[in-house]
Amino acid sequence: MTHENAPLPVESAAPLVSVENLSVTFRSPDKTVTVVNDVSFTLREGEALCLLGESGSGKTVTMRSLMRLLPPTAHYTGRIRLRGIDVLALKAGQLSGIRGSLVSMIFQEPMTALDPVFTIGQQIAETVRRHDGVSHAAARTRALDLLELVQIPSARRRLDAYPFELSGGLRQRAMIALALSCRPRILLADEPTTALDATVQIQVLLLLRSLQRELGMSTIFVTHDLGVACEVADRVAIMYAGRFVEHGAVDDVLTHAAHPYTEGLLHSTVHAERQGGRLEPIAGSPPDLAALPPGCSFEPRCVFARAACRAGMPPLSERGAGQLARCIRGSSIHEASAPVYDAEASL
Amino acid sequence: MTEAIRQPDIGGPAQPMLIVRDLQRHFVIRGQTRRRKDVVRAVDGVTFEVAKGETLGVVGESGCGKSTTARLLMHLTPPDRGEIILDGEKVGDPRGVSVRDLRRSVQMVFQDSFASLNPRLTICDSVAFGLRVNGQPATTARLNADAMLRMVGLTPETFSDRYPHELSGGQRQRVNIARALAMSPRVLILDEAVSALDKSVEAQVLNLLLELKERLTLTYLFISHDLAVVRYVSDRVVVMYLGKIVEVGPVGAIYDRPHHPYTRALLASRLSMNPKQRISAPPLTGDPPNPIDPPSGCRFRTRCPIAEAVCALAEPRLARVDAAHDVACHACDAGSGHTLARLTGMEGA
Repeated sequence: MTHENAPLPVESAAPLVSVENLSVTFRSPDKTVTVVNDVSFTLREGEALCLLGESGSGKTVTMRSLMRLLPPTAHYTGRIRLRGIDVLALKAGQLSGIRGSLVSMIFQEPMTALDPVFTIGQQIAETVRRHDGVSHAAARTRALDLLELVQIPSARRRLDAYPFELSGGLRQRAMIALALSCRPRILLADEPTTALDATVQIQVLLLLRSLQRELGMSTIFVTHDLGVACEVADRVAIMYAGRFVEHGAVDDVLTHAAHPYTEGLLHSTVHAERQGGRLEPIAGSPPDLAALPPGCSFEPRCVFARAACRAGMPPLSERGAGQLARCIRGSSIHEASAPVYDAEASL
Repeated sequence: MTEAIRQPDIGGPAQPMLIVRDLQRHFVIRGQTRRRKDVVRAVDGVTFEVAKGETLGVVGESGCGKSTTARLLMHLTPPDRGEIILDGEKVGDPRGVSVRDLRRSVQMVFQDSFASLNPRLTICDSVAFGLRVNGQPATTARLNADAMLRMVGLTPETFSDRYPHELSGGQRQRVNIARALAMSPRVLILDEAVSALDKSVEAQVLNLLLELKERLTLTYLFISHDLAVVRYVSDRVVVMYLGKIVEVGPVGAIYDRPHHPYTRALLASRLSMNPKQRISAPPLTGDPPNPIDPPSGCRFRTRCPIAEAVCALAEPRLARVDAAHDVACHACDAGSGHTLARLTGMEGA
């Protein structure tokens, strides 16, 4: 592994992942839906970013775009660079050069992501042989090392186990081992612990956190669970209706949320210490992506909404060190539009 | 309107709404070899009570028997053994209450809001279905169904004639709640009813459930794996592990003074919600064992940090540790022979 790490310092000046104005549109004969809209972010070596949002907010599509795993109906615009490689410009045949070795992915449901008719050992060894061109025996040794790396007990025996013979937690560990088999620099994790029980979830999250530190990987998590983000992320990006609405260090975003949607999410999450009383949910439900409201997508559900919000999509604006929010409240436009709001309130 | 079929309080306020005694259900499945039959001990001798107007939370990991318990209560799966007493009347007993009446008094809301609705019926027809089956004429049933939809916050003018696929997850779950309430039940079993919903919608549905409970004086059995949600809604909590109850008590006692090592581990596994105080070591290692062949004695002993020889020999009984707070752990049972038991006993004295 050391020889692989050697060229990295040279490139570490540039971010490992850089996404600029990414939009993903799905076209069907009757409608065109923009699922990811103007998303930009960068990720440094060893950093963990968490994309947080509700179902349909575009977080999974954003993540899958990084590996070009979307169906052919997806139409990309913008730019994705992984370690300087322009992913959207690659030909289909070149994609296998980055998948697995530069960027790899773990999925929510390991039972459907793993092949049911091959043993865990066979699946990992096959990947290792395909990418590293080593012998069967060497690949199997590597598979055993990987199972030990992800802390699967009695790993030697588990090499010959089929996915159905493993418990949910072990299956997820096996999938992590498979994802790590070609020493990726970037690990994408799509709801990696959602299907797991609480006591197993925390084990897997701690494993991912320690692996990330040990192997110096960058990780992008997709989750809907604020708790997961708190445990693993350095930075979080809150997504709503295909856009980043807030982006910043996990501490900042969760302690002083700048966007009303983030605030709403925090209020409607049932915290450990709460009992009885009313929760403060966000009214309404997420908008139809094919018919977004004019202006801010969150405006119809927002308690702070005012006339200026319908005028146009607010830009992501700076709120303190490295924290960005897509809301006119607290930005300069807010002050300018205050009288409009007062006039409305007095009606 | 629906008052007409509201069921009366028979046993008075002191009579528990539901008493469950020694409920058991084992499933026989095909074993590894053709000769062998494996038995899944899904629910293995479960006893609890639910008082009138109370919300009893049931928590535990997958495979611990939470959902099977719910299905047994409705006789959706017939129990092998044990009795269910609804407001003082034994279910299935000639002098008690029939299974048909039980299913009218106890209604259920499931996790998968889409799978639990007939895709070919409009939501008004779905809600009216039970009423029609129970003898209401079609027009009355539809009127009542509309009233129910209004009660759960769906305007009938907009929603009545829609099909399930035209609704969002939160709206569909409201329809399921409306359908359950159309029968004017006294007990509502909520089996992971909010687990599949997004956080912002989950909060809306939880608020609705608390509101309805007060308005209609309902009794809830709230099953969930989400400890925070259970704490939020419950008065008392049952903790299950591999088909057994390991701890039961008032919500405050369970969350603030848990006695069973499993309850403690489960609570310690909750995510911190504070990036500055991250969890550094997992409270438990490994997954729950297979319910086909559970460990002897105490079922938790294979993952328990304080397991001793006695734990493999004898099954712990539910012993009282505090007011209305029972724990099935040798370490909390003074006469069990566990070395920690005497200490706990002295604390209590």
